[in-house]
Amino acid sequence: MSVPYAKLPAWVDYGLIPLINLIVAFLVAGLVVLAVGESPLRAASLLIEGAFGYGEGIGFTLYYATNFIFTGLAVAVAFHCGLFNIGGEGQAYVAGLGVALPCLWLDQFAPWYIVFPAAILGAAMVGGFWAMIPGWLQAKRGSHVVITTIMFNFIASSLMVYVLVDVLKPAGSMAPQTRAFADGGQLPRLDWLLASVGLDIGGAPFNLSFLLALVAAFVVWVVIWRTKLGYEIRTMGHSPTAAAYAGIRQSRIIVITMMMSGALAGMMALNPIMGDQHRMQLDFVSGAGFVGIAVALMGRSHPAGIIPAAILFGMLYQGGAEISFEMPQISRDMITIIQGLVILFAGALENMFRPAITAFFATLGGSGSDKPLPAAE
Amino acid sequence: MNDIAIELKGIDKKFGLVHANKNINMRVRKGTIHGIIGENGAGKSTLMSILYGFYQAGAGDIFVDGRKTVIKDPNAAIAAGIGMVHQHFMLVENFTVLENIMLGAEESQVLNAGITKARDELRRLEQEYELEVDPDAVIEELPVGLQQRVEILKALYRGAEILILDEPTGVLTPAEADHLFRILEQLKSQGKTILLITHKLREIMAVTDEVSVMRRGEMVATRTTAETSVEELAELMVGRHVLLQVDKGPATPGDVLLSVENLSVRDGRGVAMVKNVSFDVRAGEIVGIAGVAGNGQSELLQAISGIRRAVSGKVLLQGEPIHVTGTADPSELRHRGLAHVPEDRQHMGLVLKFDESENSILGYHDDPKYLNGMFLNIDAIRKDATDKIEKYDIRPPNPRLKTANFSGGNQQKIVLAREMERDPAVLVIGQPTRGVDVGAIEFIHKRIIEMRDAGKAVLLVSVELDEIRSLSDRVLVMFDGRIVGERAPDAGEGELGLLMAGVEDSKEAAQ
Repeated sequence: MSVPYAKLPAWVDYGLIPLINLIVAFLVAGLVVLAVGESPLRAASLLIEGAFGYGEGIGFTLYYATNFIFTGLAVAVAFHCGLFNIGGEGQAYVAGLGVALPCLWLDQFAPWYIVFPAAILGAAMVGGFWAMIPGWLQAKRGSHVVITTIMFNFIASSLMVYVLVDVLKPAGSMAPQTRAFADGGQLPRLDWLLASVGLDIGGAPFNLSFLLALVAAFVVWVVIWRTKLGYEIRTMGHSPTAAAYAGIRQSRIIVITMMMSGALAGMMALNPIMGDQHRMQLDFVSGAGFVGIAVALMGRSHPAGIIPAAILFGMLYQGGAEISFEMPQISRDMITIIQGLVILFAGALENMFRPAITAFFATLGGSGSDKPLPAAE
Repeated sequence: MNDIAIELKGIDKKFGLVHANKNINMRVRKGTIHGIIGENGAGKSTLMSILYGFYQAGAGDIFVDGRKTVIKDPNAAIAAGIGMVHQHFMLVENFTVLENIMLGAEESQVLNAGITKARDELRRLEQEYELEVDPDAVIEELPVGLQQRVEILKALYRGAEILILDEPTGVLTPAEADHLFRILEQLKSQGKTILLITHKLREIMAVTDEVSVMRRGEMVATRTTAETSVEELAELMVGRHVLLQVDKGPATPGDVLLSVENLSVRDGRGVAMVKNVSFDVRAGEIVGIAGVAGNGQSELLQAISGIRRAVSGKVLLQGEPIHVTGTADPSELRHRGLAHVPEDRQHMGLVLKFDESENSILGYHDDPKYLNGMFLNIDAIRKDATDKIEKYDIRPPNPRLKTANFSGGNQQKIVLAREMERDPAVLVIGQPTRGVDVGAIEFIHKRIIEMRDAGKAVLLVSVELDEIRSLSDRVLVMFDGRIVGERAPDAGEGELGLLMAGVEDSKEAAQ
């Protein structure tokens, strides 16, 4: 009797409520567009057309989505342990070293399929290490990961500026970036994948890391729901007292979870570095680590939810770029506002409409059937 | 004159598909103590929450003093003269009694005038109802019984004519409970009406004039207390005949399986909670630890089961030392034959968001029979859970149902099945029947006796003195972190009550 809200059908919980949140976010965004004197309808059609209307747009949408799948999974894994890793940005940034160094060493004489596994390993190890330190501080010293991972974002940022400007920049170059990789450091594009449905991806950097992201999503599902480690992580996340009672070593689980989270964030670096730029540039993460938080929230920390949520944000990135190109009144910053509104309604205000929807379904169910009390003895 | 204080007509409340209150009709006569009993989840609390304005009824009317009254929130309830004393007190711990009583009724931005008025009013109430409390005492320094008195004064200060008390004796010693009942009698003689919600049949028999019984959201009967019996009420609550007396033969104690020597434990804030405690538990006996909640029982259980590190002392499990001051950890102790049913099943014993089968392996999840290498063997886990569900009659019998959707009694059975089916040498149980319905209590008590008869050493901690007395073969009383006395289970309730209240044990003192 103490549960104020009854359980909703799964399709309402996972389908209808996120959809309503999304619609409201777009309605409010429409008001913003209206306020600067543009037509919201035209903006909406540009957004959708730009993201899904043609092969190259789809390619870009999926390219961005690849980043967000990795960072979204990273945040989700930590969520399952009750940890809020907001350091995905820094972990991915530093993990760029784990990608770039194997490429720089091997690209001249090894093919991509040798370099790629080395880069995956490098990205996961460096990203995992960068998250391990806050994890260890949380487990042993009680320093909150929210604070330490933010601080590690700044450390990562400064460190990478130093590395790119003073260590990896080729002599004589003016740009803070590594040299361009040879063929061995370039991932094959997935043009054949979209070509199979008759689309031409044009110049979009849609590449093999997308498939790696899907594999990562499946592996995360297996680990969290089908292994002993995942069981211990979820126990910790739901109830640290129950974990203590069960004899689960909390500090060990916290450190391992943070390393997994950091490794996933780190693998995001593969996509822009090996898949697109073919070099490591300053600020290549460009906010994907933070978008991952929204993606994980919206995807309910489940891989099956994270993938569509990542594609949605990929659409906002790609379609948003299209809008600011076509409608000069709407700047890049305006697109950020729209993304922010989606995060606000889908993440922070996720439960705003829940009571009303629950009440609505209660009246539907209440008048029709008169089921007996479940589980009462 | 109208002599009905409250009348409920056709009150109906649904939470989604859960029908918490079904067409409830009830009359409470003015100037009486009216009991409401029912199992957990029978809808008592929902009904009282509707009366106090926390929830709105889906249908039905409330009449206060014969007038139809809409109670849309607690303020409206107070305006209608209804006051409520909650199970968990709603007091500001670092405020004084006077400040707490004024809270929400300050009357102006400047407090001075209000304070003088409140002080006068408080003095009058204290005299009228014999509710002495020092108005300048700080709440956190008062014993629980007095804090409850402040809650009652708060309601009276707001002009309550009708008082609702929700499980008021849960946190009190028997002596404090008796005192509370005297206060209630006093209030009744002054014409107040009292609604007493409880699951303790004895209290109903002791103080009420009339009693209403709820079962599965329905009001099944109202009786005049003098004309009913404990047996009849229990049967009405459960819907079938219940064995209230625990059936058990004499104990045949064997070897010492659990031995605690000079154990001291501090809580999270560093306060000494267990002070130099020593006792033994033998095979084939149940040792009960009685005491008012918060006297160190929780910390004692946690130290013995390896969850909380002890400051000093020794614990021997089957003759072998447990490193309780250092590396002891719960999974190691499980392997060595110590099973633990924790006091707080909702936060410690279970993960409420897990499904039933996942909880049925909590703590034993490293057992190879549930695993394929590093992967969970879902089929084996569900099969195992299904067997336990059948054996312990856990309802609904669905290992994939989320644990939060089971009733309190069935949740407890999930924990018991998990711990007892491992065939441990020592079983440590905290509050086995807290928040558990009468039907399941009977089942759980039987299982505990069976464990004893199978030659296990059982250490039982409970704040329900009746439970301790009916199950235990020896009773230890804990007060302020110490074992203050040992008694046979048939010792008088008054004698145990005095020990629980910390009155020095003359026998121990003489030694």
